[in-house]
Amino acid sequence: MTLQLWIWLMIGLTFSLYIGIAIWSKAGSTKEFYVAGSGVSPLANGMATAADWMSAASFISMAGLISFIGYDGSVYLMGWTGGYVLLALLLAPYLRKFGKFTVPDFIGDRYYSDTARVVAVFCALIISFTYVAGQMRGVGLVFSRYLEVDINTGVVIGMAIVLFYAVLGGMKGITYTQVAQYCVLIFAFMVPAIFISIQMTGNPIPQLGFGSQGSDGIYLLDKLDGLSRDLGFHEYTTGEKSKLDVFFITAALMVGTAGLPHVIVRFFTVKKVSDARKSAGWALLFIAILYTTAPAIAVFARTNLIETVSEKKYDDMPVWFENWEKTGLLTFTDKNKDGVIQYVADPQINELTIDRDIMVMANPEIAELPNWVIALLAAGALAAALSTAAGLLLVISSSISHDLIKKIIKPDVSEKGELIAARVSAFFAVLLAGYFGINPPGFVAAVVALAFGLAAASFFPAIVMGIFYKRMNKEGAISGMVTGLLLMLFYMTKFKFGWFGGGTEADWWFGISPEGFGTFAMLVNFVVSLSVCHLNAKPPQEIQELVENIRIPTIEN
Amino acid sequence: MDKKLAEKYWKENIKYLIILLSIWFTVSFGFGILLIEELNQFKIGGFKLGFWFAQQGSIYVFVILIFIYIILMNRLDKKYNLK
Repeated sequence: MTLQLWIWLMIGLTFSLYIGIAIWSKAGSTKEFYVAGSGVSPLANGMATAADWMSAASFISMAGLISFIGYDGSVYLMGWTGGYVLLALLLAPYLRKFGKFTVPDFIGDRYYSDTARVVAVFCALIISFTYVAGQMRGVGLVFSRYLEVDINTGVVIGMAIVLFYAVLGGMKGITYTQVAQYCVLIFAFMVPAIFISIQMTGNPIPQLGFGSQGSDGIYLLDKLDGLSRDLGFHEYTTGEKSKLDVFFITAALMVGTAGLPHVIVRFFTVKKVSDARKSAGWALLFIAILYTTAPAIAVFARTNLIETVSEKKYDDMPVWFENWEKTGLLTFTDKNKDGVIQYVADPQINELTIDRDIMVMANPEIAELPNWVIALLAAGALAAALSTAAGLLLVISSSISHDLIKKIIKPDVSEKGELIAARVSAFFAVLLAGYFGINPPGFVAAVVALAFGLAAASFFPAIVMGIFYKRMNKEGAISGMVTGLLLMLFYMTKFKFGWFGGGTEADWWFGISPEGFGTFAMLVNFVVSLSVCHLNAKPPQEIQELVENIRIPTIEN
Repeated sequence: MDKKLAEKYWKENIKYLIILLSIWFTVSFGFGILLIEELNQFKIGGFKLGFWFAQQGSIYVFVILIFIYIILMNRLDKKYNLK
């Protein structure tokens, strides 16, 4: 069977599966639409959370990125998993006990203020929109590479699918499609990894394989360190970033993860508090399978690449080289006209540029794996992008229909009216996301980092103090959120877009990069909240009782 | 549940959190970042130890920590008759 046929078959099969699930799990009430009726089992919720969390970036880009930056890539590995410990221990059980539908629900009720609610809605919308645009783009890219359709057509197909199951099924439909998507994406990620690990080290477990010896008896990582040194790159197992910056970026990603509304809201979908804890455990276990494999793929791909191209004749390059050259993601310019590829760190001499995104996608071709593996990878990448996009769209639609319309603008709206509003806003959110997917703002990559910083700087302190610090009042929480948010926006726009006079690396405050600044802004949030809190009165008695109540997991609420 | 008992439950919960989060901090920020050079002098198989913690070990410990937390809290809930 040809590759094209395999791909159509895999994508056709997985998409019909998602649509079938959507029809089966149509939502009939707002509770089903927002939180799947709070009846999801911890295991299913763990899988859904994992699919929700692992986006096109985790699936396609992360391993490639790590293979180029080596140790520095650890910030993503630790940051995007360590956040689940915070989520499980500090947030999930208590928010489940609180038991409403959204994050702004909690902020608005706990801080007895519609101002706090609106600030939270605003944060949730910015975070989710920046994120979802990237996902739609990912869908478009996969379609264009594998089905040879135009990127925009790809985005439209992706939109239609998400529209169907998000608008029809709400959280209920999304949850069960995400369970299916997790299975597809993890299978698609692991199969090539296992094949390549066996090829390169003889060990079928990639996590052990990349610490083993190759066929020449040399440890793979030692070999890669040596190759990197010889070509003028930094050693793979040591980094280039400063220790302080690595620390701050890791912390910002961890805390940001714990503060992302589309992840938090997943814990509202289980029956009881102990299930919320359990599903956080399952979620991290499922995520860890991919996240511990990614650094192995990074090492395999990097070693394979260097050994295949470095100082080799251009005419002898394998077929995949030519295939990816056609996409423009791999380019060779023979600067010294010797017909041999010089791949080195020095930009004056280097003749090969490689887009880091191709490392995962080209891997099966580089390792000469059969066509069905490549087709599987395409279906997996789509599953990763679609599942995350759907989760984000739900946050956007519930922010509008529930937090704005029901809670602020028109509190007397009927259940049926709210459900229609939820579906209509989901519909428009998909259209808007699709628009951004087709006309991506040039700063998508920059804004995704911003989303984590924003979540860390705004939501996380407000929620944590809302649970662990009974004395925290609305004045403290609101001023903290606003300060954290504005500070983060200021720093990102200054150093990413050149606003407020711009600046270079030399101007970074304390040497902290914009990616790591969320940690700093979060600390400022805590300080401001606590100071302002003590200048104002204690929160009312019933709020203090609310806090006492959410701390204790009674049988059912 | 009466107030005193609730407070006692909460205190035990906080104690668990402090212990578990110290481990969380040590394996990631400690072993994977701050002490990496020191740990990289040791090797397990082909891995330098600090590098292994940064890209593998810390993640395994995170998973284990959450499951330990689940067990501890289920036990605590039982002790206070919350199940």
